[in-house]
Amino acid sequence: MKILCAVKRVVDYNVKIRVKTDQSGVETSNVKFSMNPFDEIAVEEAVRLKEAGTATEIVVVSVGPAQAQETLRTALAMGADRAILVQTDVTTEPLAVAKVLKALVEKEAPGLVILGKQAIDDDCNQTGQMLAALLGWGQGTFASKVAPAGDAVAVTREIDGGLEVVSLKLPAVVTADLRLNEPRYASLPNIMKAKKKPLETVTPDSLGVDVTPRLKTVKVAEPAKRQAGIKVPDVATLVDKLKTEARVI
Amino acid sequence: MSILILADHDNASLKPATVHAVTAATKLGGDVHLLVAGSNASPAAEQAATLAGVAKVLLADDAAYEHALAEPVAALLVSLAAGYSHVLAAATSVGKNVLPRVAALLDVAMISEITAVVAADSFERPIYAGNAIATVQSADPVKVITVRTTAFEAAPATGSAPVESIAAAADPALSGFVSAELSKSERPELTSARIVISGGRGMQSGDNFHLLEAIADKLGAAVGASRAAVDAGFVPNDYQVGQTGKIVAPDLYVAVGISGAIQHLAGMKDSKVIVAINKDEEAPIFQVADYGLVADLFKALPELQQAL
Repeated sequence: MKILCAVKRVVDYNVKIRVKTDQSGVETSNVKFSMNPFDEIAVEEAVRLKEAGTATEIVVVSVGPAQAQETLRTALAMGADRAILVQTDVTTEPLAVAKVLKALVEKEAPGLVILGKQAIDDDCNQTGQMLAALLGWGQGTFASKVAPAGDAVAVTREIDGGLEVVSLKLPAVVTADLRLNEPRYASLPNIMKAKKKPLETVTPDSLGVDVTPRLKTVKVAEPAKRQAGIKVPDVATLVDKLKTEARVI
Repeated sequence: MSILILADHDNASLKPATVHAVTAATKLGGDVHLLVAGSNASPAAEQAATLAGVAKVLLADDAAYEHALAEPVAALLVSLAAGYSHVLAAATSVGKNVLPRVAALLDVAMISEITAVVAADSFERPIYAGNAIATVQSADPVKVITVRTTAFEAAPATGSAPVESIAAAADPALSGFVSAELSKSERPELTSARIVISGGRGMQSGDNFHLLEAIADKLGAAVGASRAAVDAGFVPNDYQVGQTGKIVAPDLYVAVGISGAIQHLAGMKDSKVIVAINKDEEAPIFQVADYGLVADLFKALPELQQAL
């Protein structure tokens, strides 16, 4: 079974982002970028399935600017076989990315598509679900365990009340949640090998997809700031403040 | 203008999140209809009918909807969507799972986790773990939206709308429910509790969470956790508060042994009052705490329980 993974190049999760003073967006120049953490988990899961003999080939895709090649090389270093960069400088939305991925799925015919559940920049949590819809496939979102067996896959999902297990017909789309696995660090030998693995660059146009955003971002603002708080010396003072000053208990 | 809301419920009653989503819908103007798709879900539908602002409840009762599987529920919503200007759901695990599928089938963009309605076509939503708020505008013919329910009040139960039974839509038969392991608790639900007390890595073990539970019992609070505590196996995943876990905004949030990583703050920084108890005075959590106590939690928690 071939597995297709999609990865996104995002501002690193440790960066304290700043909103531009003209409110047109977030400051991204001179800021560290990395693979979206949930996408690392998705790639790791694909690699484990290959190591277990369930998957035969892992194709990793990114829709983004030229620098997304670095993100793809990281995925190749983790164990993916082949990469495709769908190059665009447009800030893409999930619907457009889902359409691009659909076009690639139709070419590559994978048995399983694994994506991260959400990107930590736009926090949309939509792409996997949208792709499944466009393909007419089942979706196993927020996965903490993925167990393919025959022509179905059992997905354990983290939901509001705890865990649930669903069974999906293959092919299917799975989105990775935090506890699906702990991604490996690519070893230096694997990083060197990754430089020789195939990385193809195409455009959305060549796939027949228009990635023009549907939503207009009117402005990006800072959230309301909290007032600075105080330190209390002991529990008694804390309880007193909560009762008489904050009046929450 | 008319709005269709997908209710999140367990057939017996609505999840509190849906009650808050109704308020968001009423800010758009126009008729608000609530869709209850379930199995033996009349009680949930009857509760939906009492919510102020709801003009009609649609009840689709079918075994296919018992566990809110995305594929059949999305198919149902798509079959009903014509004639609605907006399709909404609370941003619960059901809403987040189902609505993007609906949006793609309707070929429209989706707007996730709105925190404010600016106009019928413009909404505020958090990005970068809530460190920036984007105002986005949609020109799509149907707006598909999930609502961050901590940003809206609960709709009062002062109405009485008709409940209309509707037929199930064709089931795409792509998935099946196998099993569920759900937490059972007498405590209030994490996302709607007035007071939340959360433990982090500093708790050192799942057993030590009983120190928090004793305080929660005295305060009538819910118990939450940071990602570190869940990853370490101290508590189940549904306790996690954070950017990709539960978003809470209680009157009082007590963070115990939690360092205050960006991703945790994303889930609780809209709480009205924040208390932090941590032995590390440099912990970032103290930057958002209204009241910070630098102390060993194993001493402070029993003291706190006594003092309440």
